[in-house]
Order: sequence, then C-alpha cells, then structure tokens
Amino acid sequence: MGYPHPSHPKENPVLSKHFGDPEARTYDGWVKRGGYEGLKKILRLTPEAVIEEIKTSGLRGRGGAGFPTGLKWSLMPKADGRPHYLVCNADESEPGTFKDREIMRWTPHGLLEGCAIAAYAIGAERCYIYIRGEFTDPYKIMDQAVEEATARGALGDNAFGSGKRIEVILHRGAGAYICGEETAMLNSIEGKRGNPRIKPPYPAQAGLFGMPTTINNVETLAAVPHVVMRGGEWYKGLSLSNPKSTGTKLISVCGHIQRPGNYEVTMGTPMKELIYDMCGGMRPGRTLKAVIPGGSSVPIMSAAEAEDCLLDYEGVVAKGSMLGSAGMIVMDDTTDMVYQIWRLARFYAHESCAQCTQCREGTAWTTRILERILAGKGKQEHFQLLLDLSDNMTGKTICVLSDSCAAPIVSGIQKFRQEFEAYIQGAREPALAAV
Amino acid sequence: MTEELVTVTIDGLQVSVPKGTTIIEAAKQAGILVPHYCYHPSLPSPAVCRMCLVEVEKAPKLMPACVTAVAEGQVVRVDSEKAKKAREGVLELLLINHPLDCPICDQAGECELQDYVFQEGRAGTRYSEYAKRFSPVEDFGPDVLYVPNRCILCTRCVRFMEDVAEDPVLNVSDRGDRAYIGISSEQLLDHPWAGNVVDLCPVGSLISKDFLHKARAWELDKTASVCPGCTQGCNITIDTRDDIVVRLRPRPNLEVNRHFICDYGRMNYRWLNRGDRIEAPLVRDGGHHVATDWDTALDRLGQLIRGTSGSAVILATGRASTESLGLVRRMLDRISVTAVVQVPSGEEAPLAAVPNLALRAERTPNVTGAELVGYGSDWTAGLLELASAGLVIVLDAELSQSDLNFIAQSPASVVLLGTIFPEELRNADLVLPITTMAEENGSYVNRDRRIQRYNQAKSQPGMARPAWWVAGEAIAGPGPSASAPATAAEAFELLGERWPVFAATSYDDMGFTGRVLMEPAIASGGSKSARVGTL
Repeated sequence: MGYPHPSHPKENPVLSKHFGDPEARTYDGWVKRGGYEGLKKILRLTPEAVIEEIKTSGLRGRGGAGFPTGLKWSLMPKADGRPHYLVCNADESEPGTFKDREIMRWTPHGLLEGCAIAAYAIGAERCYIYIRGEFTDPYKIMDQAVEEATARGALGDNAFGSGKRIEVILHRGAGAYICGEETAMLNSIEGKRGNPRIKPPYPAQAGLFGMPTTINNVETLAAVPHVVMRGGEWYKGLSLSNPKSTGTKLISVCGHIQRPGNYEVTMGTPMKELIYDMCGGMRPGRTLKAVIPGGSSVPIMSAAEAEDCLLDYEGVVAKGSMLGSAGMIVMDDTTDMVYQIWRLARFYAHESCAQCTQCREGTAWTTRILERILAGKGKQEHFQLLLDLSDNMTGKTICVLSDSCAAPIVSGIQKFRQEFEAYIQGAREPALAAV
Repeated sequence: MTEELVTVTIDGLQVSVPKGTTIIEAAKQAGILVPHYCYHPSLPSPAVCRMCLVEVEKAPKLMPACVTAVAEGQVVRVDSEKAKKAREGVLELLLINHPLDCPICDQAGECELQDYVFQEGRAGTRYSEYAKRFSPVEDFGPDVLYVPNRCILCTRCVRFMEDVAEDPVLNVSDRGDRAYIGISSEQLLDHPWAGNVVDLCPVGSLISKDFLHKARAWELDKTASVCPGCTQGCNITIDTRDDIVVRLRPRPNLEVNRHFICDYGRMNYRWLNRGDRIEAPLVRDGGHHVATDWDTALDRLGQLIRGTSGSAVILATGRASTESLGLVRRMLDRISVTAVVQVPSGEEAPLAAVPNLALRAERTPNVTGAELVGYGSDWTAGLLELASAGLVIVLDAELSQSDLNFIAQSPASVVLLGTIFPEELRNADLVLPITTMAEENGSYVNRDRRIQRYNQAKSQPGMARPAWWVAGEAIAGPGPSASAPATAAEAFELLGERWPVFAATSYDDMGFTGRVLMEPAIASGGSKSARVGTL
C-alpha cells in the first residue's frame, strides 16, 4: 500500500505497510493482518524476556534522541510497589515531521499493541498517549481504536485473559510545541503549565505524578510488535551501514521535492536515493541547495553533505547534523536561506516556554537580528553577535529548545554566509519591511 | 547520628558539607557567593535563571549550582572563564528589555541585577537597535505593585505563593519574551503573608506601596531586631532613615521565621514614629505636672514605693522587654504585687508550608517573658486588685476607658512608666518617660521560650530611658551605685539572680538568633546544646 502514493521499491514498508488501507484501522481488519499476535505472545513471557528481545533488536528512540529503547525500559525500577506509567509521545510538534500522524491515522491498533507490550514490559498498568491538539482526525481514529480494543478484551482489566490490566488514556495537547519535550509533556498531563523539568530526577525515577515513567515515541512503540513477532535478530538485521542503527525509519519529506510524503527506509539507506529515486528528485530545472534532515531543530546540511549522507543515526551525525525525528525539509536553489532561518527562529521565539533566560530572551533577540538583516539593515557585527548569542543559547538551558534555535543559525552562517552578506551589503532587495 | 560529609574544592577552597548539599550552599560555606536569581534557600529551586551555572570538573556542560548536589572530590569553578562568560550572557539578556530606570526605582542600591551587572556584566549594550518591551504597572494587591518592565521572571514570587503560602494567585502567563507574572482574575495578592514577595523579588519588579519612593536604599540604617507584632518573635531588620522607621523587613532565622514576616508585622511600625512622646520625667505638684530631672524623679519613685501601704499592681504592656518587666517587678519585691501583662488578640494566620510559623493570636511579643518573671495574663484580675492597692505602676500599657475607670476609682498612687501620656491619667503621681523597643536594647521571649535580643534602631526622645534602667536605678537607691545596670546585658544578668531560668544564658550567648530557655533542672544537666529544647 502506501500513502499518499504507493510504496517505492526502494522502501522497506514495515510500519507503513498498511498506510492507505482503511480496513487496517478496525480491530478485525488489524487482527486479519496479524495484529495483536505480538501482545498475546509476550503476555506469556516475563517482562525481562520482552526487554531482552527489544535490546537484541537494537531499536532506538524514534522521537529524536535515539536512546536505546530496551535500555530505557530496563531503567525502570523493579517491583517497587509504586504505580508505573507509560507515556506515548504523540505530540509530533517538530516542524517538518508528520510520520506519527500517519501511524495513528492508518494503524492505530499497531500503536496500541506496541503500547500494551511496552506497558507490560515496564510494569505499568496505565499508558497515556499524548496526542497533538491539532491532530483531530488521528485523535478520533485513536479514540475509536481504544474503545474497540477495550471492548474486544485486548486492553482493559484483563488483557487477553492474562490477568494483566492495561489501560490506555488519550490526552490531547493544546498546541504548545514545548509539550513535545518529554518532561513538559508530563507536566501538561498533570494539568500544569507545560514547562520542561530539570533532570535529574529522570522520568524513570520520578516521572508522571512523581512515579516511575517511561516515555516513548509513537514510531518506536509501533515498531515494537514487529520486533516481538519477527524477533530481535530479524530487526537487528535491518541495517545497511552501521550496526548501531537498526530497523526501518519513517522519513517525512517535505519542501521542494517532487513527491513529498512519508518514506519508510532501512537504516543506512543513502539520502541521495531517498531524494532522487523515491521522492522523484527536485522540481524540473531546480537543484538541491540544503536539507534539514531531522525536523527543524538540527543543523542545516548543504547539498553536498546531503547527497553524501547515509540515513541512520551515525550517518547524519557524520555530516554535521542529526537524524532527529527524521522530518526532512528539502530546499532547492530558489530558497532564501536567511529568510528560512529567520522563519525557524521566529517559531522558536514564539514557542519558548520562558523559563530559562537564554531561551526566553535569546530566541527573541536572534529573531529580531535576522529580521533586521532581511530588512536591509544588517551590519557586519551581526555575524559575531548571532554566533555569540547562539553560543550563549547552546548547552546552558533546561531543555534543548534554545539549542534548537541556535543550530540552524550557526550552521546557516557557516554554510550560507554569502546570502547574509548579500542582504547586509545591499546586493539583495530587502525581504521584509524595516523593523 | 553523624551526617556523612563530602569534601569538595570550590575555586581552590576545600569545604566539607553534608552529603546532598547543593553546590550553591557548599560555596556559601566556603565564603563564595555564586551569583543567582531564581534560587532562594526557602523556596523550591526551578533552576530557570541559569545565572548560577558553574564549571564542574569532568561534567560536559556547565551545571546549575542551585540544584546540583556536591560529590566527593568534586572540583568546582565559579570564577572560570566559561562560567563567567555564561553569567555575562545571562546578564546581557536580562538587561535587553530592562528599563534601566534605577534612578526612580525603589530597589536601586539593594538590587541583585544592579549588583551582578556592576560586578561582571558588559559595560555596553548590543541591543540598541530595538525598542524595549513595555507593559504598564499593575496593582497586585493591598501593598504590592508589579512593574513588569523590570521583571526578570525568576518566579520567586510565584513559588512563594504556590509552594509556601499555598495560595497560588500568581503565575507565569504567556510564553517566550512576552511572558510576565500574571495574577488570578478573581483574586488579589492579599494573603496575610503576601508582602514577602516584595522582599523575595531580586529586582524592583514587585514593590511595596507603603515604601514607595520613601527612601533610597543606601540612605537606610539597618538594625537587627525582633518583631513586636505577636508571640511568634520573627526576626526583623528595622530600617530607619534619619531616625525615622521607614520599613520592617524579615531577618533570616531558620528556626523561627525562615526568611519571612507577615504583613501585620511588616506594617506595624508607625507607633514607633509617634511625635507626641513624653520627653521628661513629670512630678505632680498639686493639680499639674512639673518637668524635672531624673534624680528628683527617681527620689520620688523611691518615696512612693517605700510609702506604699498594702499591695501594688503592675499593668504592663507585652511590648516591654524581659529586662524591663523583670526589674520593675523586682523593684517592688518588698511589697505584695499583682503583676499582669496586656495581651491584645487577633486572628491567627499561619504560613501554610512552614511548620510552627504563624501570625499568632496573641498580638504582643513578650507574653512568655512576662510569665517567666511573674506576670499573669488575666488583665481583669489586675484591675480588680486595684480596689485595695496602694500603688499602681502602669508600664506603658494601652489603657481602655474601662481600665482608666478602675484606676480612677482606686486609692492607689499612680506611677506611669510610659511613652505616651494619656489625657485620662492626669492624676498620675509620677510620669517617667521610657523608650520604645526601637529605642533601646532588650530581649523578648517568644512562645517557644526562645529568648531573642533586639537592638536600638533610633535615638530616644528627650530624657526617655529604658524602663529597666529606671527600675534598676530605683532598686540600687539614690547616689552613684555600681549595682545599677548600665546596659541591657547587665540588666539581663540581674534577672538571672532572681529567676534561675535566665541564668544559663547571656547576651553574648543569645547572639543574633536567640537561645531557647530551658527549665533550670535541664539547664544544669551539663548539655551545651540548648537548641534541643526547640524540638
């Protein structure tokens, strides 16, 4: 299948196999496609055995940080008598990323099954799925799926007659980007302002309502039933370059590309193949200029870096960026890089939770400087100022929002300095009115 | 039980602190101030201002000193180039939207933004191309104004109201650089302890209407004292300008009031500035009073005491020092005495999250001290005694009309040791001007038997003297005498002779945070750790 266009032969559809197939959304349709077998299987195993299988698979967090999932689960305290929680991060607020949305739209039961397996493995009876507020359609689909799965006994007080209680609660966000940060999400679920928390304590020690909590991304959890059914060794084998990056990865491609959409590739697939083969390449007459490979929060790659990059955690780092959420923003030669960087900075300035000084004031100030440059009022000193502010905004705050604002600015100046110079020297018409 | 100690090196200085101590507190022990805004020892730490970032050896990033616990052998650098640059960066960002209206700001001179910027901020601005953010001043409550332009969003006020007062009327509203301190649309900042947000605010963003534009911080003289508002005995600083009390602020005492005082106590200072004070001893001569010198007045006092047939009554204010109450009582040792202390009452107002801290119902500071030196708190019992008394000594009590009627109908001679001379006491035989608690040294004993010293904050009017001095002279008798106390400390020693409970301590021993009085039997038990008594 595939959505919005059929799967490309170079793709490896595991999670996206049933995208575009409305029947897969229903409980019966999902069971017909082999669904819930993984859950039934693991309910006969010990939680430790489940965690071992995930560890074997090499599955890493798909939300951005790439933390090994099995290790994360194993950090939860054992039999400490306290309630444990699983939180599924379905906020997907990272600009350029839209893979979780499709998972929830087409394979809601796949996600629920993954949640149930993870909950069992970490000793949780309750799982919260925090769904981005703007995702009305995915929310309705998920809501129906939870109802159906509970009615059919897959979830609830006695999941598949195992005596295990696995309850799933959907929680809708209210539109704040920062609530996709895991600890801000915990605060938001608790009914508080969505401010990131200081770590330590880590969520595994004191998370939701102060209890041991594991937070996993939608895509991570959706991959879990496949790992369980087909084995960790199988999943581990899905790797074309670096054995530390295993499995398949959904890449959301948007921007100046012939066929934007989600593409599921085996880890280690060359970015060049994704852009030029699967996505159909640039629009006629255009050439690639830059790629932001991991959602808006990571450094920008030049065309040369992108075309030489392998799509896995290490491959993208080797080219000076990060795989992040794998929301790939492709930009061609018509792109005004200064304008795009300003647009990103403005987003971060708008979304800063205002806790940390560097982020609250720094994101707003850098936005204003970029605005000034775009308005033809830039000065040479602005380079030094932007880099210095970016340095102050990097590695000094509670969460990485301000680092994320600084990353495109620093890489943008490094790689596209001449475009800034054009505005500063008056060689280019101002793009914005003076501020 | 001994606490496990951890030794760390901070800027080259070694310090051993209990395990779990934060770097910022360990540095304090080593005498190093880590610049900070959001951290406050009496509030939970959110680590949001990022001002206290320090370099910790082997840590990849700078660490917030306010929430990072020390580890054995840790090497911390507060003055490293990296840490300094981070602080300079924070200060620059805090200033870009700050109005720099220090010349008209009440906080100037005691402003932590001013202090740290002068210490290590940039000399110039790099933000000159933009207009600063502007929001108008907001009225938050009975005594608090919010000046958002000056706010650095440290959230101390929000945390105080939420976590300490447990009356969460303040919040952070909006996001990014539009954020500001918001207030509930239905409630005011009128909690009985709300005024603490003004002290907690490190800048001039939350300011007191009462103190608004009253004085510049550098013009103030500061005196360590004890709040005379109730039996809690909160430690305070009396701020005076040119001998006028302009405000009271909390003085930290972790065992009594942590860093807080209530609004009742904070506002209860205007009586210390009254201008209608008795300034000279007055002796009654027929129908009117004649001002005289202290020798004459003390002779007259001696005559009245010696000439008293029958009993005596002391009607005392609970604001009198333990020394004054005790020595006035001792002055009448040869007479049968009924001594009572006046205890006005009001509603109790606890500070929710701090155990054993409240504005107490007994609205006078020294009820326990009075009890320890033989005063009862049954005011009516004292009044009833008046009918058969030969002498009544009014020790600055505030007399009601009914009290005055009792005195008028009494056969007793009337001696007033007072600050104010009420019209209705015109029949007093002797009027002796005494000082208020702001004009003398003395001590109060709080409800937990903690005896605490207060110091003289302003000069006394005219010839007024502490009541303990007057009584001490009367006890010693006429002429120069070595036995009359010249200082409050000596007066306190005299108490110990008569009431052993005081003998175990001294003014030096009490220091600035006081000492809990134990029963003599316990005190002589040999334990030096008198603070055990507080538990």
